[in-house]
Amino acid sequence: MAPESKPLNPHENSLLSSQGLLLKMELRSNPAMLSVVRGAVTPLTEKLGFPELESAAVVLAVDEALTNIIRHAYRGEMGQPIEASFSSIRVRHDGAPQAALEILLEDEGTRVDRAKLRGRPLEEVRPGGLGLHFIRQSMDTVEFRHRKGKNQLRLVKILRAGKPQTSLREENR
Amino acid sequence: MQISARHLDKITVFDISGDIDLSTSPDLRKALLRELRELRMPRVVVNLQAVHYVDSSGVASLVEGLKASRDVGSRFVLCGLNTKVKEVLRLSKLGTIFEVCENEEQAIAP
Repeated sequence: MAPESKPLNPHENSLLSSQGLLLKMELRSNPAMLSVVRGAVTPLTEKLGFPELESAAVVLAVDEALTNIIRHAYRGEMGQPIEASFSSIRVRHDGAPQAALEILLEDEGTRVDRAKLRGRPLEEVRPGGLGLHFIRQSMDTVEFRHRKGKNQLRLVKILRAGKPQTSLREENR
Repeated sequence: MQISARHLDKITVFDISGDIDLSTSPDLRKALLRELRELRMPRVVVNLQAVHYVDSSGVASLVEGLKASRDVGSRFVLCGLNTKVKEVLRLSKLGTIFEVCENEEQAIAP
């Protein structure tokens, strides 16, 4: 006789209940991979408890960051290495610890020129140059650095109090 | 992403489905520019009802379509935008430069 199925406890099921690495992807520069990554990041953010539009914002930021790596760091060259890791972290926000998603993207392409990371004036009606603006609009932290021959982009999105689920909300009460 | 075109008198309606990103936006750009620059259709409607995702390269393609329509004196109309697509246009701060209709019926109305 099969054992009775036990209902899932949402707190036991929460990805945020333990800090650290949640997902790591090693991919190659190829625009066709963008939809594959989105297909992984969307359910991850949903399981973390981000509301729909904030989940969409994280997905957009990751997509735009990867697009920039493919177009600018690797200048469209296919098959070059990219690493993407997603971790559950705690950050201080408004004086209180908050659960957050940290995303690290690494590539070995052309070094990012910080002077060119300003985006462009949005009043200009022309295509292009929106990606960095989207990333900054979507995330709470956007940091570029170059270490050991690699470009690193660190993105953080805070799961603000009052949002649904997660055991961390219980801990913070 | 899939693109299909319908011709209704002097209007071309593009039905777009799927995701518009770096891998698919060049096809959208090419289709829009052909209809506007080569065929010089008086009105081009882009029905985005079945589009669930658009990124900056997709917005850039739509901006190119808009600019081409201004060059040739055509109307360029977007319709059927869902919440996520509207949000991306809002983030771009370019949402107000487009003529946007709720649905295709309004977009093709005389």
